[in-house]
Amino acid sequence: MSQVEILAPSVPVRTRTGWERLLREPAALIGGGIVLAFALMAVFAPWVAPYDPNASDWSAIRLGPTLAHPFGTDDLGRDVLSRIIFGARASLAAGFLSVAIALAFGVPFGLIAGYFGGVVDIVISRLTDALLACPFLVLAIALAAFLGPSLQNAMIAIGISAMPIFVRLARGQTLIVREEDYVSAVVSLGASHRKVIISHILPNIMPPLVVQATLTTAIAVLAEASLAFLGLGQAPPDPSWGSMLDAARQFLVEAPWMAIWPGLAIVVVVIGFNLLGDALNDVLNPRD
Amino acid sequence: MINFLAGRLAVAVPTLLLVSILVFGLQKLLPGDPALALAGEDRSPEIIAFLRAKYQFDQPLPVQYWSWLSAFVQGDFGLSIRTRLPIGTMIAEKLPVTIELATLSMLIAVAIGIPAGIIAALWRGSILDHAVSLFGLAGLSIPSFWLGIMLILLFSVSLGWLPSGGYVPFFENPLGNLKTMAMPSLVLGAASGAIIMRHTRSSMLTVLKQDFVRTARAKGLSEHVVVVRHALRNGLIPVVTLGTLQFGQLLSGAVLTEQVFGIPGFGKMIVDGVFSRDYAVVQAVVMCAAGFFLLMSLLADLAYAALNPKLRG
Repeated sequence: MSQVEILAPSVPVRTRTGWERLLREPAALIGGGIVLAFALMAVFAPWVAPYDPNASDWSAIRLGPTLAHPFGTDDLGRDVLSRIIFGARASLAAGFLSVAIALAFGVPFGLIAGYFGGVVDIVISRLTDALLACPFLVLAIALAAFLGPSLQNAMIAIGISAMPIFVRLARGQTLIVREEDYVSAVVSLGASHRKVIISHILPNIMPPLVVQATLTTAIAVLAEASLAFLGLGQAPPDPSWGSMLDAARQFLVEAPWMAIWPGLAIVVVVIGFNLLGDALNDVLNPRD
Repeated sequence: MINFLAGRLAVAVPTLLLVSILVFGLQKLLPGDPALALAGEDRSPEIIAFLRAKYQFDQPLPVQYWSWLSAFVQGDFGLSIRTRLPIGTMIAEKLPVTIELATLSMLIAVAIGIPAGIIAALWRGSILDHAVSLFGLAGLSIPSFWLGIMLILLFSVSLGWLPSGGYVPFFENPLGNLKTMAMPSLVLGAASGAIIMRHTRSSMLTVLKQDFVRTARAKGLSEHVVVVRHALRNGLIPVVTLGTLQFGQLLSGAVLTEQVFGIPGFGKMIVDGVFSRDYAVVQAVVMCAAGFFLLMSLLADLAYAALNPKLRG
C-alpha cells in the first residue's frame, strides 16, 4: 500500500456547515433562543398577553405583583406584563427596521466607495467620517427631534445614525475582496461593474455584515428604548419599554415593579442579540 | 510626528466642516416655515422676525449656511428660545459639569476595566475569566438609564445613603458634589469599563502570545516582571487610544444619565432643547459633541503615535 493511500481518508471528510457550527455554540443557542422567544411573543402578543395593554382598571392602580397581574399594574391600572409583551413589538420592530435602513443605505455606499475608489471613495468616506464624528445617541436624538416624535421617525433616526458603521465595514471588506483573483478574472472576462459588485463582491462580504447587523440590532433596541424614554419614540398610550420606564420614574417608591420589569426585558433582549452576534462572529469570522 | 499631526488635522478639519453641513441641514428637516419651527412654542412676531433676520431664510441655501457657519465659528451659537440666553454662555456653564462627570466615570471605567481585562487574559478560561466576560456582556447590554433607576431604588429609596438626583458644585461643597456624582459616575463608568475590559483582555491575549514575551520568560524573568514590564506596557497601547475615544463617547452617554439624575450638564441641555423645541440648542450641542469627539480622536492618534515605538521615530 503506498503512503498516499494510507494517508487518504477512507471516508470522505465532511466539513460542518455554518449552521451546524452555529448550532453547536452555546452562546448562539441561548442568544438565538432569547431573540426567537421575544420575536414570537411580539408576533403573537394579542394571544399571549393576558389583558389589553391599554385597558385601564381604576380599581387596580399600582397593584403589586399578584396571580392576576404577575408583574403588577401601572399608575393607570394597566397590566405591566401585557404592556411588556406588546412593548416587544416596538422594540423589535425598531431594532430590525432601523438596521434594515442602515444596511439598505450603508452597504451600497460602502460597496461603491470600496469598488470604484478615487473621488467617489473620498466623498463617501469623508461623509461617513462626519456622521461617525457625531456621537451615536446625540445624532439619533437630534434627528428624531427634528423629524418629530414617533416610532417611525425614531427608526429612521436610528437607521441613519447606524448607517456609517455599515458604510465603513462594507468599504473595508470590498477593498480586500476586490483584490482577489476570482474578481480580477470576472472583470477580465468583461463582466459589468454591477454584475461584479452584486454577484461576486456582495456575497463574499456578507459574513462580517451579518455579524455587525446582529450586534447593531442590540444597539438599535437600546437606542429605541432611550428615545422612547425621552419621549421621542412610540406615542402613548401604545406601550414601549422605554416610555414605560419614563413613566415609572415618578413612582419608584410606591411601585418599583413598574421600573424593574421593562428594564429587565430590554436587558434580556439586548443580551440575546449580543450573544448571537458574538457566536456568529466566532463561526463566520474565526480569525477574529 | 509633526507630519503625522498635520495629516490628522488635514482630515479632521474637512470632517468638521461636513459635520457643520449635516447639522445645518437638520433644520431643513423641519416641516413648514423654519422660522416658525425654530421659534418653538414662542410664536411672538419679534422672535420670528429676529430669527428670519438672523438666519436669512429669504436668502439662497449657501448664503444661509455661510452666515450660520461664520457666526458659529465666531462663537455665536445663537439664542436659546427657552432661556433667552446666548447658547455659547449656556454651553460654557454646563460643559464643566459634564466634563467632571465624564472624568469621574473614566476613572471608574479604568479602575474596573483594566485590572479585570488583565486578570481575564492571564487566567483565560477560568471562572474569573467567565465572570469578567459576563460583566462585559452586562455592561454592553444594560441601558444606562435603567441602571441609574435601579441604583436610585437601592441607594436612595431603600438604603437612603445617596441623594437620588441634583447637583452641587464641587467648590461649594466637595463632599456633597461627590455624593451627587457617585451614582451617575458609576452608571457611565460601568458601561465604559465593560468596553475597556473587553479590549484589555483581547489586547493582552495577543501580546502574551508574542515572541518578546516568550523570550522574556525564557530569560528566566519572574512572571510578575514579564507581565508588568513587558506584556502590560505593550498591551495597554491600544487601550489608551480606546480610553481616549471612550472619553469622547461619554458625552453621548451622559445625555440619559444626566436626565435620570437631574444633573444640569451638557447632555441634559440637548434633552431640554428637544422638549422645548429649542432647535438651535440641539444643533449647537450636536456640533460641539462632534467637535469634542474629533478632538479626542486626534488626541487618541497622538497618544498612539507617542506610545508606539514604530511611529515614534
